[in-house]
Amino acid sequence: MATKREVDEATQTETTGHEWDGIKELDTPMPRWWLWTFYATIVWGVIYTILFPAWPLVTGATPGLLGYSSRGTVAAEIDAAAARNAALDARLIEADLATVENDPELLRFATAGGAAVFRNNCAPCHGAGASGVVGHYPNLLDDDWLWGGTLADIQQTVSHGVRFEADADTRFSQMPAFGEMLAPEEIDALTAYVLSLSGQASDAPGDVQAGAQLFADNCSSCHGEDGTGGRDFGAPNLADGIWLYGGDAAAVHTSISDARFGIMPAFGDRLRPDEIAKVAVYVHTLGGGE
Amino acid sequence: MRDALKIAVWGVLALLFAIAANWGEDAVYRAHALILLAVAAALFLWSIRTAGAPVATAGAAPAGYMDGVVRAGVIATTFWAVVGFLAGTYVAFQLAFPVLNWDLPWTSFGRLRPLHTSAVIFAFGGNALIATSFYVVQRTCATRLWGGNAAWFVFWGYNLFIVLAATGYVLGSTQSKEYAEPEWYADLWLTIVWVVYLAVFLGTVIRRKEPHIYVANWFYLSFIVTIAMLHVINNLAVPVSIWSSHSVVLWPGVQGAMVQWWYGHNAVAFFLTVPFLAMMYYFVPKQADRPIYSYRLSIVHFWSLIFLYIWAGPHHLHYTALPDWAQILGMVFSIVLWMPSWGGMINGLMTLQGAWDKLRTDPILRMLVVAVGFYAMATFEGPMMSIRSVNSLSHYTEWTIGHVHSGALGWNGMITFGALYYLAPRLWNRQGLYSLSLVSWHFWLATIGIVLYAASMWVGGITQGLMWREVDDQGFLVNSFIDSVVAMHPMYVIRALGGVLYLTGGIIMAYNIWKTIAGAGAAAPVRTVAAE
Repeated sequence: MATKREVDEATQTETTGHEWDGIKELDTPMPRWWLWTFYATIVWGVIYTILFPAWPLVTGATPGLLGYSSRGTVAAEIDAAAARNAALDARLIEADLATVENDPELLRFATAGGAAVFRNNCAPCHGAGASGVVGHYPNLLDDDWLWGGTLADIQQTVSHGVRFEADADTRFSQMPAFGEMLAPEEIDALTAYVLSLSGQASDAPGDVQAGAQLFADNCSSCHGEDGTGGRDFGAPNLADGIWLYGGDAAAVHTSISDARFGIMPAFGDRLRPDEIAKVAVYVHTLGGGE
Repeated sequence: MRDALKIAVWGVLALLFAIAANWGEDAVYRAHALILLAVAAALFLWSIRTAGAPVATAGAAPAGYMDGVVRAGVIATTFWAVVGFLAGTYVAFQLAFPVLNWDLPWTSFGRLRPLHTSAVIFAFGGNALIATSFYVVQRTCATRLWGGNAAWFVFWGYNLFIVLAATGYVLGSTQSKEYAEPEWYADLWLTIVWVVYLAVFLGTVIRRKEPHIYVANWFYLSFIVTIAMLHVINNLAVPVSIWSSHSVVLWPGVQGAMVQWWYGHNAVAFFLTVPFLAMMYYFVPKQADRPIYSYRLSIVHFWSLIFLYIWAGPHHLHYTALPDWAQILGMVFSIVLWMPSWGGMINGLMTLQGAWDKLRTDPILRMLVVAVGFYAMATFEGPMMSIRSVNSLSHYTEWTIGHVHSGALGWNGMITFGALYYLAPRLWNRQGLYSLSLVSWHFWLATIGIVLYAASMWVGGITQGLMWREVDDQGFLVNSFIDSVVAMHPMYVIRALGGVLYLTGGIIMAYNIWKTIAGAGAAAPVRTVAAE
């Protein structure tokens, strides 16, 4: 333990005279730039905490001289955005949606706004590009609609959902599970017939002729005699070669024997009327609108 | 008598754990009881086999420094480094290629991510801190560790905690607090280990032969004391049952969020900053063979650092339900913290005054200095990101991940590698490391890995932030969330490749240290030991 201060040769600075395991310390003063920057941040901190809410008191905190609040700022920004678009929003709600597509200004507004609504609310299931997911969620880009593809149809579906029991006006239908009603070879026959409707080559083992009779007896009331579907029941068109749950023999067989029960939530409580109008216009313009 | 007592205690414990394994209400609890049963049973058998062996009598206390536990710590640190880096690289690839989750719960990102963070922070970092603190406190106090085998209890107890934590994560146990995921019994065990750690360290400092306490020991001591406080308060919880791994955390709602980030940020402060500065204060002057640059700076920056850091936590909760005043106060303290943090950087770098030329020839010193450089960068970036308007862009993005890793890989990793390379030949009494050129390889692989990691996450994070807030001229959102996920893919791939380089460096280090221990270099002449 050296207690003598000495001068370090390389830096010509005195040491403090302490030593631990051979480590000494120089008595260099604190760098001025460091010290003054430290002071400056402290002064800034004091000023800043006077201007903004900062110091906790007994029942609250100092509000700050500038009257800042996060919630106030957000509310002001939302109000400003709403005010900027208020005129267009009002026109959109009043307009017959079918005429929107003839009004370029309103159309641009509705599709841009509808796209934003879609990205935040619909994309998780239908995909950011609205192409759906085979086996789960319908493709919204094609012209094959389960419940109708007019602006009014889409608006209705978005507002009240599909088979969404919390909404009294939801679109509802339920296909029976024919596996409990028909014999296995009858399901096979139906599968072969259904596949033949769209002219698909298939290796389904069933008898197409028998399937035609079974179809007329069991399926045609909803799907139509020619299998082109029935929108009142959300019964899909079976003749167009577009399959939500897959179009191979196994998938069709499963659809017939177990039935399907796709659910879409109602957005009437979650979105404002102008947002529903916008997203309806947006989806309508994606390619398949009627 | 002593032997009989040992046998009885281990036997009873083994029985209790067997009961717990039988009565445990969930799989994690039963698995942990089985692990503890195996440990207790092994110690039971060992105490029977060693019964009657002669014990050292009082007065014949071992002399010299207690380095066995430090040697064990160096090996554990090296082992956990490779494990932690491997886990991190794997989860990085999972983000780029989700198929690597394998649709199995045990290999899903949600379970492997805490495995990675705990393995690098607590297993690698924690073992490094315990080992170096035991080494440094003995040298700078010129006395043997206080408490005899208590130091061994700290080492084994801490690593048992790591094993309980890691196996718990993989089996799906978590109390859902980031960096504090282990459940109640693991937390209780760590508390016991930590109190013993404090006693050993403090006891050694009190018995020191030097009139003053060296600066490194101030930093180590503040780390041990503060982590004890943070750990206990954040983990206050009520177990659902004594036979269950589940518990209910006491802190509700926004208060819970505040306590969690008071803990979380101070884990960064008092686990990843303060004690690693202690390492810097010992290993940089030793390796450079130069005096510390400024004693006064070390005093002022130590006290200002530990005073300010503890208030900075709310900056993790900007624009949340946390009241504005707490957010703003957290931000102000974070910015004032900038210079106190840089005080350590100045003292680390300027200690090389008169020895800069050694950077050309000494890859170990180069590692230590680059670590200080990354420390400086991360402690500038941190205050900047705590500014609320910057945070509104950076929060929840990969930028945060990049920031954390430039600190973790650059600062914590590099300073630890330097310390391990310094310690290995000295602890095993070798002439030098097995290979200095392998140290150079490690240095460059790690450095390039960090650059790939940090750069890709900066670009990725700012891209994400800008995409999330992008609106068109009418104020409508332009991107969906999945668009930003797709945009991240190339960044995730680059980041994972950076991880591969860093992991490779770690494996090279493990090989180099293993060869050094095995005596592949010539043994050094036995050095005289100073203590006692």
